[in-house]
Amino acid sequence: MRACNEMTEAPSSWTTGSEKLARTLFSQMATIRRVEERLLQLFSEGLLNGTVHTCIGQEACAVGVVNALAKSQDIIVSNHRGHGHFLAYCDDVEGLIGELMGRSTGVCGGRGGSQHLHKNNFYSNGILGGTVPVATGMAFAEKQKHTGSIVTIFVGDGAMAEGVIYESLNIAALWELPILFVVEHNGYAQSTPTHLEHAGRLEARAEPFAIPIRVLEASDPCSVYHAACEVVGGVRRECRPSLLFLKTYRLGPHSKGDETRHPSEVEEHRQRDPLALLREKLDPAWREGVEAQITERVERAIAAAQQAPWAEL
Amino acid sequence: MTYLQSLRNALHEAFAKDPRVHLIGEDVLDPYGGAFKVTAGLQAKYPDRVLTTPISEAALVGMSTGMALRGLLPVVEIMFGDFLLLGADQIVNHATKFASMYNGKVRVPSVIRTPMGAGRGYGPTHSQSLEKMFLGVPNLTVVSPTHAHDPGALLLRAILEDPGVVLFIEHKLLYPLPLVEAGESVSIEQVDEPNGYPTTLLKNYHAGAPDVTVIAYGGMSRICVPVMEQLAEDEVRILAVFPASLKPLPVATLRKAAEETGRVVIVEEGTEGFNWGSEAAAALYESLWRRLEVPIKRVASRESILPAAKHMEEQVMVRADTVQAAILEVMQ
Repeated sequence: MRACNEMTEAPSSWTTGSEKLARTLFSQMATIRRVEERLLQLFSEGLLNGTVHTCIGQEACAVGVVNALAKSQDIIVSNHRGHGHFLAYCDDVEGLIGELMGRSTGVCGGRGGSQHLHKNNFYSNGILGGTVPVATGMAFAEKQKHTGSIVTIFVGDGAMAEGVIYESLNIAALWELPILFVVEHNGYAQSTPTHLEHAGRLEARAEPFAIPIRVLEASDPCSVYHAACEVVGGVRRECRPSLLFLKTYRLGPHSKGDETRHPSEVEEHRQRDPLALLREKLDPAWREGVEAQITERVERAIAAAQQAPWAEL
Repeated sequence: MTYLQSLRNALHEAFAKDPRVHLIGEDVLDPYGGAFKVTAGLQAKYPDRVLTTPISEAALVGMSTGMALRGLLPVVEIMFGDFLLLGADQIVNHATKFASMYNGKVRVPSVIRTPMGAGRGYGPTHSQSLEKMFLGVPNLTVVSPTHAHDPGALLLRAILEDPGVVLFIEHKLLYPLPLVEAGESVSIEQVDEPNGYPTTLLKNYHAGAPDVTVIAYGGMSRICVPVMEQLAEDEVRILAVFPASLKPLPVATLRKAAEETGRVVIVEEGTEGFNWGSEAAAALYESLWRRLEVPIKRVASRESILPAAKHMEEQVMVRADTVQAAILEVMQ
């Protein structure tokens, strides 16, 4: 099989530990957080149809990984909990809110809603694990076309019990496809804790396929970013799959009012909220200014969506 | 030219015409050339574009969707139609969803080829006609040529021209058969359909009006054509209608043919009930109510597994005598 071409575009060239990187990732995380908090409120006010799955607490995974990609050419395949991935990729707050509010301004014209988003090279779908062979096929296509693009597929730990993922890991390794599997391990498959869901070592699932695995605590987005840059570089350079296993925690409920975890457990993790931890490290005047801008932008997007015409079938 | 040769030639033609065409499937490497040899010679000629895969049907169908989303024209071969169910989630929740749920911003031009059908003693899990299970999937086109079609032309259209997901059903027992040619016993006419997959009309008479309309698809041409030839000797004039497009159903063509006789038999190999014939009959009742001479007669395989033993398999399957009896029944 032919090797991948060298990529045509260098990844973002932030320096290690730079203030600029921290500020950029903070801004993105704060935007995701604000959007999702408001989506939950809008839902409780009856202004959203269906359901939402928020990634509150997990934003470091999204921004760390997505910023390590070449956004103009790489491909992202996401899942039901994909708002963070989407916003880190394209920052289309208005298109996302419009989509969830069923407006013509929605990024998929209100058809997809929260779990079925598409813009440029971003694709999400709501069937757990089912997206993994689709992403694998995309990686095959990019390899055949010699584009040098890689595919990043996000799955949660719950999805890792789906069989088709193992078919895909096998083929991705066998055919040396440029694909990065990212497992966001938040410890719960909806309401079921990992120990009732998985036997053996979850982080080692790709090991028998000889797929390199990098395990990381996703508490600091800058660390996630640097690790992701290394892993992404390997996938692109060597044209072979890799797996990034991110340990994280979901501070919000699975979807909306379905919290079953003990409040003390969630509270304990809230003390280690990656967004709050990063916030503490940043200049107060700067961050407050940014937060005010984000709040204003999100409110403007909500108001604009409410003014926009309903999407039509 | 056999049914199989026609399909094989079409694959070669598609590969020669468009470098985006790729084929993935189990055991498709030469010299093996696929379990039924439809892909024979293809991998030797196009080694970068024909890939043999692990036994992972769900992943294959999913991968074809990903390939199509990123600009290739994939063809997936599922070795036996029975194994298609392993890829059902990929068809229902992925391949056929993306174009519509992404508001028309993407296309998924992909073809899933698979052989169905009994008669070779393969038993309960390698003999079924499961296409009925996919007929209710929105945005899926289901095509199944008879040997009175040009199967290769249909496949070529599916691969190179169809913008959507096509489930392309072949029939194991048709593979070795020569294609039906117009002759003394039957005449053949192709009717173009809006989606590009033509319906074939066969007549076993040269003058006058037909007595009975027989509607069938896929492997049932293997039974219906000899029955027509047989009954021509008894001067039973049969107008046979073989749609290539099972879904969408070419209702206008079916209605016109049914109206000519008011006596309709619908034949299919899948199990009886909740099937293609149900939908075709409903469509005809809706448009021809009070203009049918007798109730529509449906013929299908018995609701049963397909036993491995030949004598029992025959009892379950649609046979020439059951089709003939149905035709004579509606003529009463």
